[in-house]
Amino acid sequence: MTAMIDITNAEKTFTMHLQGGVELPVVRGVSFHVEPGECVALSGPSGAGKSSILKMIFGNYRCDAGRIGIRHRGAVIDLATAEPRQVLSVRRSTIGYVSQFLRAVPRVATIDVVAEPLIANGSARAEARAQAGALLRRLNIPERLWALPPSTFSGGEQQRVNIAHGFISDLPILLLDEPTASLDAANRAVVVELIEEKKRQGVAMAAIVHDDEIRHLIADRIVDVTSFAAAA
Amino acid sequence: MAEPHNPVQDDEPLLVADHLGKNYGRLIACRDVSFALYPGEVLAIVGESGSGKSTLLQLLSAQLAPSAGRVSYRMRDGVLRDLAALGEAERRFLFRTDWGYVHQDPAQGLRMAVSAGANVGERLMAVGWNHYGRIRDTASSWLERVEIDTARIDDAPRTYSGGMRQRLQIARNLVTEPRLVFMDEPTGGLDVSVQARLLDLMRNLVSELGLAAIVVTHDLAVARLLSHRVMVMKGGRVIETGLTDQVLDDPREPYTQLLVSSILPA
Repeated sequence: MTAMIDITNAEKTFTMHLQGGVELPVVRGVSFHVEPGECVALSGPSGAGKSSILKMIFGNYRCDAGRIGIRHRGAVIDLATAEPRQVLSVRRSTIGYVSQFLRAVPRVATIDVVAEPLIANGSARAEARAQAGALLRRLNIPERLWALPPSTFSGGEQQRVNIAHGFISDLPILLLDEPTASLDAANRAVVVELIEEKKRQGVAMAAIVHDDEIRHLIADRIVDVTSFAAAA
Repeated sequence: MAEPHNPVQDDEPLLVADHLGKNYGRLIACRDVSFALYPGEVLAIVGESGSGKSTLLQLLSAQLAPSAGRVSYRMRDGVLRDLAALGEAERRFLFRTDWGYVHQDPAQGLRMAVSAGANVGERLMAVGWNHYGRIRDTASSWLERVEIDTARIDDAPRTYSGGMRQRLQIARNLVTEPRLVFMDEPTGGLDVSVQARLLDLMRNLVSELGLAAIVVTHDLAVARLLSHRVMVMKGGRVIETGLTDQVLDDPREPYTQLLVSSILPA
């Protein structure tokens, strides 16, 4: 297979023990694949399970059944059954995830938050900070803010810091959960451009985008998540 | 992104717990715990008071003899050895150099009446350093690393604030470049504002030095920031284990769901 992501019959149900053990089926029979250099958009109404699917691909949510094949360092690994150490290895060198919300360590400067993935992968601090600065500049975060922790920023600024953090590494798979949700038109255009660059580098992406116009711009294919509805 | 840095991958475990148990008469403090810890990996043990997490930490660090099972540790020569079978000299070597132990109360891990420099230098002398100038220089560079003003090097830690004491305790532990550090509620006695700084410092040191660590905490936020993997304990048993963000974001067991849902939003 050449696919970077190859999901077959993945399934997720939440069991809410504090609510009397109520079972909340989320998705069932999730099957799709993402090739290198391709952006696949997941579509469907709120609550259809789009974010849950991305979280399963990232190993953040457990997968109850099925297979999540990820091409990792030249071999295929099934994230549905992988050991924690393998999931960490996949996150270090294969899959990046840009969530909707920034969750940063309190009191760490923005520039260091963004540079962190590079440093964790062995880059020199100065070089990592230079790249982080370039990306923040592109995303219109003024230099005077770089030394401040992002928790003091507006929602849109925080999201751009989050995008910079997610896009700075050269990982072959990126998962994007509403990367443009609270951005203005100019910054949305920058994100579209960044996604185009990643595609040209052969990065495989799965994205959730509610904005029809943006989805039209970035998506090569659309996977309708409603067909994976698990509600009995 | 508030995740610990990824550990360096290494295929041989550093420490292995094998069906570990401890009981006091009929009281079971800890039962049937098995896991392997790899170099550079940070494991959090979470649970409420009385869940057995502190007992487990004492068993793992050879401060308490198990009633059942065993703990093995990969010595620097690469051989996995049963801790109970170690000789006194080998055990002392582990405590002085290859292991660190950060207590919740810094007064337990520090000598409160001698200078900060001596607190750090003492561990170096224990492994044979005898050049005063070099010891002092190393101590001073470690104080800087844990963000303590080196002008305070000759002051005793009883003149330090709680946060400074805890940072000094960390410096004292890390100066011998251990491969494994045990931490018992390392941020437990500190103000929230001091906690964040300490956590960030520990997180960076652990990743820079490629340390493995076992952190006991009742604070899930500490587990999320520091650890790669988490074990949830209840009634002396491990009831759930896995990748930290997976266990905290998608908890499976009723008790874990209760713990996670009991966090007060700030």
